[in-house]
Amino acid sequence: MIRLDRAGRTFKVRRNVVHAVRDLSFSVAAGEFVGCLGPNGAGKSTTIKMLCGILTPTSGTVRMAGLDPARRRTTVARRIGVVFGQRTTLWWDLPLLDSFELCRHLYKVDRGLFRSRLDELTETLDLGAFLRTPVRQLSLGQRMRGDLAAALLHAPDVLVLDEPTIGLDVVSKAGIRDFLRRVNTERGTTVLLTTHDLVDVERLCRRVVLIDHGRLAFDGSLEQLMATAPGQSSIEDVVTRLYTGGARPPGDVARQ
Amino acid sequence: MVRTYALLAWTWTRAAAAYRGSFALMVLLGFVVAAVDVAVILVVFANTTALAGFTRDEVLLLYGAASLSFTLCDMLVGNLDRVSAHIKAGTFDTFLIRPIGAWVQLAADRFNPTRIGRIVQAVLVLGHAVTALGVGWDRGWMIAVMVATGMVIFGSLWTLAGALQFLLTDAPEVVNTFTYGGQQLTQYPLAVYSRELVLGVTYVLPLAFVNWQPGLYVLGRDDPFGTPEALRFLGPVAALVLALAAMAAWRQGVRHYRSTGS
Repeated sequence: MIRLDRAGRTFKVRRNVVHAVRDLSFSVAAGEFVGCLGPNGAGKSTTIKMLCGILTPTSGTVRMAGLDPARRRTTVARRIGVVFGQRTTLWWDLPLLDSFELCRHLYKVDRGLFRSRLDELTETLDLGAFLRTPVRQLSLGQRMRGDLAAALLHAPDVLVLDEPTIGLDVVSKAGIRDFLRRVNTERGTTVLLTTHDLVDVERLCRRVVLIDHGRLAFDGSLEQLMATAPGQSSIEDVVTRLYTGGARPPGDVARQ
Repeated sequence: MVRTYALLAWTWTRAAAAYRGSFALMVLLGFVVAAVDVAVILVVFANTTALAGFTRDEVLLLYGAASLSFTLCDMLVGNLDRVSAHIKAGTFDTFLIRPIGAWVQLAADRFNPTRIGRIVQAVLVLGHAVTALGVGWDRGWMIAVMVATGMVIFGSLWTLAGALQFLLTDAPEVVNTFTYGGQQLTQYPLAVYSRELVLGVTYVLPLAFVNWQPGLYVLGRDDPFGTPEALRFLGPVAALVLALAAMAAWRQGVRHYRSTGS
């Protein structure tokens, strides 16, 4: 469903060339739930943006649902749902319901299907109370639920989430996690999320991909991640050890 | 694309119309501000009978045609010069996750129907000039071509301005030279400017085709700069070439988009 093959992206900053992502290869099969970890500035968001077609890779290949997202951006967009935790993709000054209506038109969702999906999402995400409120007046938790609903109205095959739980309280986080688990298990939607919250990873991700300095530093199951540091019992310690270990050459990347 | 645009514009119109008082005030304000431009022309003619050989009503015809193209474009795609603001705020990403082109989304974003006041004003000026000059159908048909050509030219300039902002994120005002500068330039008969400038906007950046070249035909005049007669009819060709260049530039701009951190 998702495939990166030696993908790289460089940015020119004044005279220097910064490698945000280099030689990154991994793939995600249909129905998987994958968490993407890495310290700040590791290249997680750059990777996500290459997968959505927002950024064009400077080397290697990126495939989303078999297509090149940079060249077939609008076709890819129809098949994926994208949520950015840091900023809303909804129309800031419009009521939530208007945003959803716009999504229905932009994604060409049949009116009947739209109604039933919206009803279902309104119930599971508990949107009823603020459907007519402008997005700018929503709390962060409400807004995030609205964003999730908007990303799923066209029933995408893949859901891509960049820090979906950032800034939320424990109750809101738990609600979002429950919802994401259901989307993955009940609808079979492939989910790729980036996060700094290791509870997200523990509760949701069967597989972890760790990016550091733009390279793949680990790719395996949660158990295998824990096994990289036999003495440690908490995921926090294990991940800290991996982050502070620095970038390794691609040769000794821990693989399945 | 037209349907998508209309849908987005309608949604924004409904949002704006929710505040009725402010809506009406903005329409009125736009009308008044635009009227100042006309007042300047009238003040000039209070002191003289001709401007570079053109009478008051001839100048108003040229002004009205350019102004109509410009204000229509400003309302329809004027938001394109906000690329840099969206890049800085990190909101350009959200255009790119939708299954439609970023151009139409950005053009329709915050569609502002209150600019209608300025459009009405331009129509009134043009209407007055046509009546006062007694322009007949034999040459008057060119006015429709002229306004359409002008819209394509200004729309292309806005697209180019937006495309340039992918590179000049830190100096977004530079591109206003093309858009608002273009409007300023076309307000008066080009005969008042220097020969080099006029040749530049005829053969390089085709602003002369917004109202000057086709306007000369409508007025039945020769070009004081002696350009060939055929140029009066080449506006649509110039507009098309510019539009193609603008489209290519926009595509390159989006391809080179760098996004922001996080």
